[in-house]
Amino acid sequence: MADSEQRKAYWQANLKLTLTMLAIWFVISYLCGILFVEQLNAIRIGGYKLGFWFAQQGSMYGFVAIIFVYASRMKAIDRKFGVHD
Amino acid sequence: MELQTLTFIVVGMTFALYIGIAFWARASTTSEFYVAGAGINPVANGMATAADWMSAASFISMAGLIAFFGYGGSVFLMGWTGGYVLLAMLLAPYLRKYGKFTVPEFIGDRYYSRTARVVAVVCLIVASVTYVIGQMKGIGVAFSRFLETSYEMGLVVGMGIVFIYAVMGGMKGITYTQIAQYCVLITAYTIPAIFISLNLTGNPIPQLGLGGKMVGTDTFLLDRLDQVVTELGFNQYTTTSRLGTLNTFVYTFSLMIGTAGLPHVIIRFFTVPKVSDARISAGWALVFITLLYTTAPGVAAMARLNLHETIHPAGGEELLYEQRPDWFRKWETTGLLKFEDKNGDGRITYTADKATNEMVKVDRDIMVLANPEIANLPNWVIALVAAGGLAAALSTAAGLLLAIASAISHDLLKGIFRPDINEKQELLASRLAMAGAIGLAGYLGFNPPDFAAGTVALAFGLAASSIFPALMMGVYFKGINKEGAIAGMLAGISITLLYVFQHKGIMFISSTAFLGDMSPNWFLGIEPNAFGAVGAVINFVVAYSVSKVTAPPPDHIQHLVEDIRIPSGASSAQSH
Repeated sequence: MADSEQRKAYWQANLKLTLTMLAIWFVISYLCGILFVEQLNAIRIGGYKLGFWFAQQGSMYGFVAIIFVYASRMKAIDRKFGVHD
Repeated sequence: MELQTLTFIVVGMTFALYIGIAFWARASTTSEFYVAGAGINPVANGMATAADWMSAASFISMAGLIAFFGYGGSVFLMGWTGGYVLLAMLLAPYLRKYGKFTVPEFIGDRYYSRTARVVAVVCLIVASVTYVIGQMKGIGVAFSRFLETSYEMGLVVGMGIVFIYAVMGGMKGITYTQIAQYCVLITAYTIPAIFISLNLTGNPIPQLGLGGKMVGTDTFLLDRLDQVVTELGFNQYTTTSRLGTLNTFVYTFSLMIGTAGLPHVIIRFFTVPKVSDARISAGWALVFITLLYTTAPGVAAMARLNLHETIHPAGGEELLYEQRPDWFRKWETTGLLKFEDKNGDGRITYTADKATNEMVKVDRDIMVLANPEIANLPNWVIALVAAGGLAAALSTAAGLLLAIASAISHDLLKGIFRPDINEKQELLASRLAMAGAIGLAGYLGFNPPDFAAGTVALAFGLAASSIFPALMMGVYFKGINKEGAIAGMLAGISITLLYVFQHKGIMFISSTAFLGDMSPNWFLGIEPNAFGAVGAVINFVVAYSVSKVTAPPPDHIQHLVEDIRIPSGASSAQSH
C-alpha cells in the first residue's frame, strides 16, 4: 500500500482526469444539446440539424467514449502509483 | 398464424426461459441473494445493468414521449444516459471498493450513524416504490394489449409473474435472467425499427435513416416530418423545447444525478469482482443502453410520421372512420385511443386545434407497441414487441424489488432491529419484504399518478435529491459528518417531495394538490418532475453548512474514506 504522499498524488491525478472528463460531458450535452442548440441547428449534417443531433444522438456516443477513456486512463494511473487491484 | 396465438407463444417462451434461469440460478446464501456473490463478469454485468435500467418507461413510453415532444423529448435521452458517466467516475468504483451489500449500509458506516442509515433506507424506499409504479403501469399496458383485456386485468397478471420472479431469484438469479431479458428486449426493439427505417428511408440503420432522405424523394425525413406536423398546427418537431431552456437544463441534470443515485442501479456494481471492473462495467452498461437509446429517436420520428400519414395521406383525403385499420380498432378497445366524430363527416380529423381535433385521445405509451402494426409489419414482429416490453418491465421491477427488499431485510431488520437473526432467517425476511413491496406497487398501479415516464421521472428527482449527494460527499468530502449528512438528506428529499406534492397532490391524489399543477405556480418555471436537481443543491448546501458548525468526523472515518479512494485490496462484497 502506498504512503500518504503517494496517496495524495494518486488522488490528485484521479481528480484531474475526472474533472477533464466531466468538462467534456458538460460540453456535449448541456452546451451542444441544450444551451447552444439553436445556434448549432443552423449547421446540418444530412437531414440532421446539428444541435438536434447532439441532443438525440451525439451526446450519447460521447458519454460512452468518456467512460471507456476514463476507465483505461485510470487503469494506467492505478499502475503508475502501484494501487491497482 | 393468428396474432394472438403467436403472441402467446412468443411471450410464453420468454417467460419459460426466465423462470428456467431463475430456477437454475437460485440463491442459497445472503451474499448470492444480495450481490450474486460478487462474481459476475463486467461485460455480463453491463448487459444485466442495461436490462435492469431500461424499464417499461424506456421501452414503451420513451419513444412515445419523443414522438410527441420532438426535440423536447431529448431530456430523457441525455438525462437517462449521462448519469452513467457520473456513476462510472464518481460513485461505482468507490462503493465497490467498500464492498458491502446495500447503499444504506455504506451511508450508515460512512456517517457512523444508524439514523443516517435509516434515513437512507426511507429515501431508497420512497424512490424505488415511485419507480416501481411506472413498471406496473407498463406491465398493465403491455398485457392488456396482447391479452386484449382491460388494463386492470393485465396489471393483476403482471403482478403474479413479477411475484414468482422476484421472490425466486435473488441477485444471482435476477442477473442471469436480466441478461436474457436484455437480448429479448433489444431484439424486439431494433427489429421493427430496422424494418420501418428501411421502409421509409431505404437505410436499415435507424440512427442513419433518421438523418436520411425519404425513399424515392429528395426530401429529408426530418424535414418532411416538420412540414407535416406544422401544417396540422403542431409545434415543429426538431426545434421545439418543452417548457423552456432553464427547465430543460434542470430536468436533464435532475435525471442524470438521479440515475447515478438510484440504488437498484448502484448495487449492480457490487456484483463485479474488482474496482476496475466496476468502472469498465458502467461503460459496457452504457453501450448496451445506447444501442436502444439512439434507436428510439428514429422510432419516435418515424412512428409519428406514419401515424399522421395513415390518418391523412399526403395529397389525399382524411381517412374514413369506417375504413380505419385493425390496429386502430384494437387500441380503441383498450381505451388508449379515442375518436369522436365532431363534425359528423365520418372522416378522422387529427389536428393540434382542440376544438376540431377528433383524435381525442392518443396515449403516448401506445406509440412503440402499435408502431409495427401502423407500419404493417408481420405478426411475429408484433408478438416480439409485446415480449420485449414485458422483458423490460419485468427486469426493472425485479431489480427494484431487490433493492427494496434488501433495504428492509438487511438494513432495517438485520442491521437495526434484529442483528441476531441468522442467514436463513434473513433470506426468508427479504423474500417476505419483496412480496409486500409487490402488493404496494400493485395498489399504486391501479391508481396510476401520471403516464409511465412521468412517474419514473419523479423517482429520479427523489434519488437525485437524497441519495446521490450523500454518496458523493461521502467519497469526495472527508469533512462531511453525520449531522450534516442527515440534515442534508432530510432537507433535499423534503423540499422535493413538498414541491411535487403541492403541485401533484399528496401521494398523487390530485384533489389534495393545494397549489394545483399549473405552470404559473412553478418556482422559476421548473416543473415538479425536474425539481430533484434543486433538492440536490439544497442537500449539498445544508450538509456542508451543518458540518462546518458541528464536530468533524472521527479519525477512523477519515481513514475509511482514504481507503475507499484506493482500488487495491478490495475484497468480495460482504456484510461485515
